[in-house]
Amino acid sequence: MLTLFTEHLEETVAMLLFGIGFTTLLLERNLIKKVIGLNIMDTAIYLFLTATGYIEGRIAPIMVDGITSSSYYINPIPSGLVLTGIVVGVSFTALSLALIVRLYRRYHTLDLDQITLLMKGEHQ
Amino acid sequence: MLFVQNVPFFCIMLCMISGIASAMMPHRLSKWWTVGLCALVAALNAWLLSYLLVSGESYTYMMGHFPAPWGNELRAGILEALLAVCFSVIMLMSVLGGMKKMEQDADPAKFNLIFVMLDLVLACMMAMLYTNDLFTAYVFIEILTIAACSLIITRQIGRTLVAAMRYVIMSLLGSGLLLMAISITYNITGHLLMENIQTSLSALHQTGQYGLPLTVIIGLFFVALGIKSALFPFHTWLPDSYGYATPTGAAVLSSIVSKAYVFLLIKILYRVIGLQIVVENQALNLLFLFGIVGMIMGSLSAIKAPELRRMIAFSSVAQIGYIYAGMGLGTNAGFVAAIYHMIMHSFAKSSLFISASGLYDASGNSKRFSDLRGAGFRYPAAGVSFCVSAMSLVGIPVFGGFVSKLYLSEAAMQRGGVHMWTMLIVLALSTLLNVFYFMKTIITLYRPAREGFIPPPFEKSKLSTCSMWVFAILNLLVGLLAQPIVTAIARGLNMFA
Repeated sequence: MLTLFTEHLEETVAMLLFGIGFTTLLLERNLIKKVIGLNIMDTAIYLFLTATGYIEGRIAPIMVDGITSSSYYINPIPSGLVLTGIVVGVSFTALSLALIVRLYRRYHTLDLDQITLLMKGEHQ
Repeated sequence: MLFVQNVPFFCIMLCMISGIASAMMPHRLSKWWTVGLCALVAALNAWLLSYLLVSGESYTYMMGHFPAPWGNELRAGILEALLAVCFSVIMLMSVLGGMKKMEQDADPAKFNLIFVMLDLVLACMMAMLYTNDLFTAYVFIEILTIAACSLIITRQIGRTLVAAMRYVIMSLLGSGLLLMAISITYNITGHLLMENIQTSLSALHQTGQYGLPLTVIIGLFFVALGIKSALFPFHTWLPDSYGYATPTGAAVLSSIVSKAYVFLLIKILYRVIGLQIVVENQALNLLFLFGIVGMIMGSLSAIKAPELRRMIAFSSVAQIGYIYAGMGLGTNAGFVAAIYHMIMHSFAKSSLFISASGLYDASGNSKRFSDLRGAGFRYPAAGVSFCVSAMSLVGIPVFGGFVSKLYLSEAAMQRGGVHMWTMLIVLALSTLLNVFYFMKTIITLYRPAREGFIPPPFEKSKLSTCSMWVFAILNLLVGLLAQPIVTAIARGLNMFA
């Protein structure tokens, strides 16, 4: 059992990080910490994907010395997916930070529970 | 290749480009541009639907110049085209119906930005309906979430800001799980196109390899898309975001956006994993259970809701429960019933949100049920459209809700066993609860006004009034044309397999 984890070290670490990020995003009350959790979770998936595409002993698929055989290169598709994932992650971080700024200006706190309480007290 | 086969691609690109262009347009132009765009997309998809109904075959459409295992693909069948027509018509009517409210709610300097978001929502809907690639679906889900979140905060009050924050958090949890599911799928199959994944998954299934990862994938897809479409235990973000957003936003979110995720899940079940494997896996029972509980709990929360729009929002939870329960039966008939319910609910819910805002206007924007008394007389269009859609959701014969409940119980009968009894009992119970809160509201609307309550004068927007009448007619049509719609859905599902 243990060898399974040590052989797949990247995947194991990725899953641990995913768990940490997910629980932070779900349970943390501080909004900024939630955003940090989101970033940890996303990074874990990037690690997982990159580890999928990497093949021991091969190099990045950039042709410099004219070798066209695919057995010489790693699988570039997961890296492409990671790039897309990063773009999505960045835009979500920006969106949530913008929302947090709005909420902070209105309620002067970053605690989501407190914000909810303050919101319910407002007359609308 | 025929020209009509380009329609899915044109629709997606047209919506994306319009979204970008709307950001630079004058406000009036961007408004009418979006209206025209929705109408055009609806017409184009209707054309495609008529072509597909005649030809009876689905087709795949290569994007770019890379062939199947590597490139990106679109796929169009009857079901996709039918849903695309329904969604774009609903979008059009919701935009028209809530136009005046949007003008009041939004920051005047940023008015055209709403239409950027609406165009993007439409683009994402089309892309999610037509795509044949899991990762493309993921990317468009994310764009859809951003656009939907911006629609919630169009009306900037504390409640919508908090609701948007909660929506973003829940959506992100869902997309994290979804991306994980896609990564693991890619990991064990090496493909992202749906057909290729299914081929390798069924080969893996036959040899019995990767049993555990397969279960994990199915579970992750269920939870991820369940969170995003507000399936019962994950619906906490829903009431505030539907209840306080601008009417167009609420209508679009509740009727179209949440359905796109459900449809994607159906597509994944049929075309990525394969229904056979999912049924053998027993995981569908989980979906069935959540759906059943949602049907009851959603209705109970709706009864307790202190005001009309929150009540409508909670009723969404119950209706999503119906859809998932239908899917949880795991038979073709169950899926047909679920998809018909999806269409019926889309029309009814958007109509309810638009007419509810009219009824609020007719009662001096009061949130109290007692002030809504007589609102049906003060604003006849809103009253009629509310009644028609509420009766449809309750399941009065002739209306769509009756047909969908009939098909749901028929599917349950075919399935038999514990599923049948649970489904039938919960359907009856939930219908009773629906009657309770919807009929209460309808009676309230047509009672004489509370003594001493003088409704302040209000202006009826012609556009909203027209769209309310159209919504009433559309809801009737969904019920009257149930037979052809169900036949089309069944044919579309056959194309999936």
